[in-house]
Formats: sequence, C-alpha cells, structure tokens
Amino acid sequence: MNDIMRTLLWLPVQASTFASKVDNLHYFVITVTMVASIATGLLAFYFFFKYRERRKAQSTPLVLPSVKFEIVVIGVPLFFFLLWFVQGFKDYVWYTSPPKNAMDVYVMGKKWMWKFAYGSQGPNAIGTLHVPEGRPVRLLMTSRDVIHSFYVPDFRIKQDLLPGRYTETWFEATKAGRYQILCAEYCGTWHSQMWGEIVVMPAQEFDNWLVEQRRGLSERVDTSTDDGDNFHGSIVEYGKKIAMSEGCVKCHSFDGEPHIGPTWLDLYQRRETLETGETIIADEAYLTDSMIDPRAKIVKGYKPVMPTYKGRLAAPEAAALVEFIKSLRSESLENVPSKEAIYEPVKRR
Amino acid sequence: MSQSSDAEAAPVYPAVNYLNADRGVWSWLSTLDHKRIALMYLVSVLFFFLIGGIFAMAIRLELLTPGPTIMSANTYNRMFTLHGVVMIFMFMIPAIPGVFGNFCLPLMLGAKDVAFPRLNLLSLYLYWTGSLLAVTAMAMGGLDTGWTFYAPYSTTTPTTVFPALLGVFILGFSSILTGLNFIVTIHTMRAPGLGWMRLQLFVWGIYATSIIQVLATPVIGLTVMLVGIERIGGFGLFDPTKGGDPVLFQHMFWFYSHPAVYIMVLPSMAVVSDAIAAFSRKNIFGYKMIAYSSLGIAFVGFFAWGHHMFVSGQSPFDNGAFAAISMLVGVFTAIKVFNWVGTLYRGAIAVTAPFVYICGFLFFIVFGGMTGIAVATVSLDVHWHDTYFVVAHFHFIMVGAVIMGFLIALHYWFPKMFGKKYNEGWGMVAASFIVLGFIATFIPQFLAGNAGMPRRYYMYPERFEALNVASTAGASLLAIGFVIVLIYLIYALVRGPIAGDNPWDSGGIEWMTTSPPPKENFHETPIIDRDPHSYQKRGEEVEHVVI
Repeated sequence: MNDIMRTLLWLPVQASTFASKVDNLHYFVITVTMVASIATGLLAFYFFFKYRERRKAQSTPLVLPSVKFEIVVIGVPLFFFLLWFVQGFKDYVWYTSPPKNAMDVYVMGKKWMWKFAYGSQGPNAIGTLHVPEGRPVRLLMTSRDVIHSFYVPDFRIKQDLLPGRYTETWFEATKAGRYQILCAEYCGTWHSQMWGEIVVMPAQEFDNWLVEQRRGLSERVDTSTDDGDNFHGSIVEYGKKIAMSEGCVKCHSFDGEPHIGPTWLDLYQRRETLETGETIIADEAYLTDSMIDPRAKIVKGYKPVMPTYKGRLAAPEAAALVEFIKSLRSESLENVPSKEAIYEPVKRR
Repeated sequence: MSQSSDAEAAPVYPAVNYLNADRGVWSWLSTLDHKRIALMYLVSVLFFFLIGGIFAMAIRLELLTPGPTIMSANTYNRMFTLHGVVMIFMFMIPAIPGVFGNFCLPLMLGAKDVAFPRLNLLSLYLYWTGSLLAVTAMAMGGLDTGWTFYAPYSTTTPTTVFPALLGVFILGFSSILTGLNFIVTIHTMRAPGLGWMRLQLFVWGIYATSIIQVLATPVIGLTVMLVGIERIGGFGLFDPTKGGDPVLFQHMFWFYSHPAVYIMVLPSMAVVSDAIAAFSRKNIFGYKMIAYSSLGIAFVGFFAWGHHMFVSGQSPFDNGAFAAISMLVGVFTAIKVFNWVGTLYRGAIAVTAPFVYICGFLFFIVFGGMTGIAVATVSLDVHWHDTYFVVAHFHFIMVGAVIMGFLIALHYWFPKMFGKKYNEGWGMVAASFIVLGFIATFIPQFLAGNAGMPRRYYMYPERFEALNVASTAGASLLAIGFVIVLIYLIYALVRGPIAGDNPWDSGGIEWMTTSPPPKENFHETPIIDRDPHSYQKRGEEVEHVVI
C-alpha cells in the first residue's frame, strides 16, 4: 500500500525515520483532498445537466439552508482540518526535538556550496556529508552570506540557514546509500546548482572512516586555511570551486553573458582597451594583477568596483583561477573585446 | 423590475452612452467617470497579463530540459522575478477591483459614481506610474530577487532593487486609495431601500477586500521603504552583517503578503457568488453565510502569515499557533463552496462559457484550498516548503481561482460594458482549453514538488524532467485558450451582435439600466424593494425548500 501510494505521488525513497511519518499523513490528507475536489467538480457538473434551463424566464424555488445543514458544513471540514493539524503538529514537535545522544555536525552554507565540520572529533568537508546509518545526527547550521535552505527530499527534512544565527535540524538515516542535498531558498545566480550529497554508511564502516580521517588530519602538514585541503579534482575544477566560493561569479559570467564585470568566456588572450585608452592583452600576469589590485587597470566601460583579493587568495588559488579562466573557450575563433557593463553596480559605503 | 416582460423585443443599442458621451483622448485621460476609469484599468491589466504570460512561457520553455535551454541563469532569475512582480502587483491585485469593482460597484448600489471620483482617477495614475517605474527598473537593472525580495539577498544583490521597490510602494498607494474609495462608497451611496442585507454578494466581497487593502497595504509600503533605507543609508535593519535581522523582513513581508492573497481571491469569490446566481436563476443558498465568511476570511487572514515561515527558524510553538489559525481560513472557504454548490441545486442553469469556468473554479478552489490546508499542516510543510508543490498550490488559487473569476466577470459583464455579445460557441471552446490546459500545467508541478524539486531552479536533476515536459505542454494549451478568448472578444467589440439591456436576464441591480449605461448610470435613481439575487416573479407562488 505504502509503495503504491508513494509511486503514484512520485515521492522519493523513505530514507529517514521522519520520512514515513510525513508520508502517512500526506496520503491521508491528499486522498481526502482529491475525493472532495473531484466530488465538488462532478456534483457541479451533474447539477449542470440535471437542472438545465428548460424554458426562458423559468421560475426556481427558494432553497434555504437549515441550521442542521449549516452545522454539518462547518463541522465536517473543521473536524478534518483539526485532525490534520493535531497529527501534523505532533509529528513536527517530534521532528524538532533531537535525541540527546545525537552526533553533532556543523553545517555552513554559502554561495553556492555546503561545508561540513565534525567538531573536535573529525574532519571538514565540502559538498559531501558522511553519516552513520541508524544513529541520530544533529545539524547545527549557519550561513555566511544570504539565507539558504538545507533540503534532503529522501529524508523529508528541510531547514533554513540564516546568516548571523544558528538553526538546527536532525535526522536518523535508515538505509545506507547516497542522498542528494538541495538548496531550497533562492540565493542568487547558481541557486539551482547548490547541491551536495549525504553518504550514509553502515555504523561500523562510518567509525572506521572517521578514524582514518582523523589519522589523515594529524599527518597533514599543510596549514593553509583554504578550502582545497581535501579537494581531489583537476586544477581547473578547483579554480571553478574558488570562483563560486569567493563570489567572482556575482559579477563575472562564465558563458559570455554581460554582467557587472567582463565575462570570463574567451577572456584569456583577449585584447582589451582600458579606461586610459591603453590596450593590453589579458594574459596570466594581467589576470593575476587584476585579482590583487583590481582598480589599477580597468577595462573601458566598467566601473572600478571590484574589491582586492590581496591576502584573501593563496598563491595556488590564484593560479587555479587563472587556469579556470583559460579553460573557458567558446567555439568561435574571433577574439572580441568586452562590451560595456549592462547595468550600474549599486554604490556601497 | 420583472426580468422578462420585454425580452421578446429586438435588442436596442442606446444611442448615447458613457462610451460616446464625450470624445477625444483627453476626455478619457481626464475623465472622472468610474466606468471609463474601469475600461482604462481593463486595457492596462490585460497588457500586464499579456507580458506576465510571455514571461511565464519563457520560464516553461527554459524548464523543458534539465540543463540550460534558451537563456542563462541570470536571465532566468530575472524572468521569474518579472513574472511574479508583474502578475501579482500589476495584474492580480488591481484586476477585479480595478476593472469590475470600478465598473459595477456604483451600478450595483444604484449610485451615479464612486464617492471620490477624483481620487479614483488618481489611483489609476498612481497605478500607471508605479507599474512603469517598477517594470523599467526591472528591465534596465536586471532585478533578480524574486517577487518576495527576501533579505539579506535583496539588500546585498548588485541589481536595481530600490527603484523597483519604489514602484511597488507607489502601486500600494493606488491600492489603498481604491479600497478607501470603495468603503466610503458602499457606506454612503446606497440607493433608497438598499439595506446592508440587500447588497449583492459582489459588493460584500469587494467590501471585505477593501478593508484588507486599507489595513494591510501600508505594511508592505513600510517594509519596502526599510529595505530602501538599508540599501541607501546603510542602516542595519535586515542584514546581519550590519546588526539587522533577516527573519524580521519575512514577518513584515508576509504580514502584508498573506492578506494580499485574499485581496486577490476575495473579489474572484465575489464574482462567482454573483454569477452563479445569475446563471442558475436562483436565490443564493445561504446569502448571509457567504457575506459573513468574506468578512471572516478578511479578519482571520491577518493572523495566519507565519505559515509561510515554518522552516525559517521560527519557534515550534509559533508554528503550531499559525497552523491552527490557518485551518480556520479553510473553514470559511469551505462554507462558501457548500453554498455555491447549494445554489445550483434545483436551479435553471444556462449553458454558457462563464458556466464552464464556474465548474472549473469550483474544482480548483477546493483542490487549491485543501492543498493550502495540506501545506499549513506543519510536518507536511517541512517536505513541501519552497518546492513546486507550493508553486502548484498557489497557482491553483491564483490562476485556477483568480483568473477563472476574472474570466467569468469579463464574460458576464462584457455585454454590460460594451452592449455587445460575444460568440458563445467559441467561448466554450476557449473555456475548455483553459480549464484542461490549467490542469495539465499544474498537476505535474504538484508531483514535481512531491518528488522534491525546489522552486526557482534554473537547472534541475534529470529525474524531474518528465514532469516538467508535461507541465510545459499543458502551459501551451493554456496559452492557446487565452489567445482564442482575445480574438473572439475583439471580434465581438467590432462586429458582435447587439446584446440588449439584460441579455442574461439577470436579477442584479447593475442590469436595471441600459447596456452600455448612460454617463450618469441611471436615468432615474432606482428604488430597491426586494432581496438580492431574487428570481421569483412578483406575486408568484414561491415554493420554499429547506435542506
């Protein structure tokens, strides 16, 4: 029965202890809704045929509701609505009360990625959260910029992350596997790509994984604070990640679309005219200089609004960004200079 | 007062009426006639409905494939912002009160005009100014916040938030002044014999709407100004980096925007109450219950705003309280539905295009309303919040109920406004396209929400593709339906047969004058000596039925 309803309603797998509670009430509410609305529509249609106008200016009887009828039409909906409210609120209180023995994980959302930290006992991670099966996990969450929302459809859980404040949620995964995390609160250009993954491991496997990670931490000598510690992609992918996390994409597009700053598509080796009238070629040196001292050489038609990244980018990060920009090539062979900005940036104090 | 004695005579088009009493563009732009102001609203809201609809189609086309389809991510974000802002502030809120409230309300009261005709014209000009400003700002500055303007995104995005908000602020004033005007008109300008319990239900609905407009709209004005002050002056109101509170914004925003849902839907319910009586030639079943439930919705609607914020970090106790209050709004709506269906019982129903919309409306309002109860059930909302389930739910109310109401009003009062009849056959074809297209567009979106697709997604995981394709296909049916309506209504304006004064044989007071009415509405002030929506012939033995 559960599986039939779940398939009919396109619901994803039930992978947490909360999921089946939500779904059971869901089936009840939606069945009553379907029955009531279809019955109303069909009844209107039936009256439409049964009581068609037979002749012009036909008289109709004066039909009035009795008190009994009024009590029924108020009472029946109220009964169902209150029943759903009570059950829904009961489940919700359960959902907002994490068990005392829950394992804490800190979650930080920022444009457009998820970061996880296991407190003193474990490693940090970007994008992927490892958790044990059958043990409650409490997430303490905050945001570094705007509001995000941590949503795992397979667990039926969702909680907003607010800048400057901590919110919490918890879950107990019931099946080992991989589950998608989606951002559900609109947060800008790549809101729709702010995805992550929860990897649920059998409890023993998770414990081993944690020990291994801790060993890795103590052996690691690199003390730089960047996010690349456990990044295992190519340098271009790493550059893209930095472009996302450092906010480059707020002003520079990857796809040629005009925005506040010049697009990065085909930027490498492009001939640009500066405000001063001078012409330069956007080579590695110019790109790196522009990160460190962005207002020194402004391309014609743009405002000097970019903040300096001096001290914010480590040398390998700047290099990765340059490699990423170099990788953004369109099919066309032409090298067209940047057009003007399409709209004014807002003044900041 | 009998509706049928002269029905056999050939219909006449009144030689002098409000449309041709004065001539020239200036006579329109400077008119104080509520009927002309209504027509200018009609043209304006249809224009904004058209562009809002084009944005909607662009969104649906983009979502045809999981990856980029026809536009970039930033363009998509601007597109859904434009769609939301245009449809809500420029079409949905002014549509029924601005057009049909203005046109019919004084007629239904037996009055010559609204209480403050100059203020009425000012409302229209404020509407134009606000719309122009907001649309220009959005088009030039690429506003990408969504129509909800959530802080701190809206206080930090480098796009033109402030001019757009100023436009919304001015639109708010237009709405407040219209509401105020209607309240005063209903209180002071009723014809002799027209007591409160003899008002048509359309008037009751507009009255309840106006109360919300006057009381709630100042809050959105205040809220958008605070965002503006934060952006320009740097005061920390909503942005935590400056010491502000982002959740405060949501409370203030929804304190207006939840009642605003009723600003949009109550007029539509009001239209249906009037039209359902006219098309079934029946007294309204439970007149008082429908009238008072409008006031009940207006009142309780003010205390339900927190159900938009169940996962925002609001306390569980607050969530429970807001959920319980939301259930009451549902009960008021349910009362109306029972009474509408009861009105059809033992009626004499005319087979017309508006009636097809009424059947659609009844299904949509129950399904849309009860899925509203579903998302107000706290535990269920945890899964559904900010997904396509919510998108589908509010489109069921906004499109399914509000636009159906607008179309019912447009068809029902078209002969009143222009003295012409549209083609009933084409009307029913278009109505079928719209009702079925609507179901095909939004039912898949409910399922996409169940499956876990968040709203405002430019790209989405591939598992949601089938549902999005289905929804886009449905949207094209919907678009075809609207185009048919536009064509046959324009044809009716130019070539349509003369309607006569009361082609529906309706019992409404607005039909007691000529169609189109003279400039001063009535040649002589009508005296009202019967109950509203009364279809019994004078002196006739009336069968009383109590169920």
